[in-house]
Amino acid sequence: MNDAFLGGPLPLWAEIVTAFFVVAGAAFAAIGSFGLVRLPTFFRRIHAPTLGATLGVWCTTIATIVYFSVQGGNLFLHALLIALFIALTAPVTTIFLVRAALFRERQKGGDVPPPLKGD
Amino acid sequence: MTPVLFWALKLALLLLAVAMLCALCRLVVGPTAQDRITALDCLYVNGMLMMLVLGIVYASNVYFEAALLIALFGFVGSTALAKFLLRGEVIE
Repeated sequence: MNDAFLGGPLPLWAEIVTAFFVVAGAAFAAIGSFGLVRLPTFFRRIHAPTLGATLGVWCTTIATIVYFSVQGGNLFLHALLIALFIALTAPVTTIFLVRAALFRERQKGGDVPPPLKGD
Repeated sequence: MTPVLFWALKLALLLLAVAMLCALCRLVVGPTAQDRITALDCLYVNGMLMMLVLGIVYASNVYFEAALLIALFGFVGSTALAKFLLRGEVIE
């Protein structure tokens, strides 16, 4: 496994920044996906993955930019393309999904939007 | 590569694997079709993040293209499936 981790020597600050943002991004994605499993109904569940799609993607992108910029010696901004693309497309997908879910719930005669437990 | 980055990358890969397993669990269990599509959406975002982390692990730019392709086709697939749920057909 040690041989799989290649790459030249980087300055310590770059490695620490990369490590912090990589772990933060992965942790956000994990929390978002765990919420997908844990939350009870669909209309609550739809909120959870947005955490991974926004903060997770941005943190990992920052880590990628820092790592490859320091390693290559010039600015590596390609990863920003992915972050911008996800930031633009994730709300579109969510809106389509929620509209489809509302449509299907109303077709089944469900009480939509469902009342919260507290009120 | 210092041990800090080494273990951070391993931890990140483990966390992303757990996230993908959670999404897969919801994909299999999910009571309704929209639950499954949400889980699929989450699954491809997690897979894309894993590609970015693997790009850092192997210090290679090739994984970036794979991540971009996953993001593109994931968006198209999720939108088409949601559209199918809404109307019953993808292109009208």
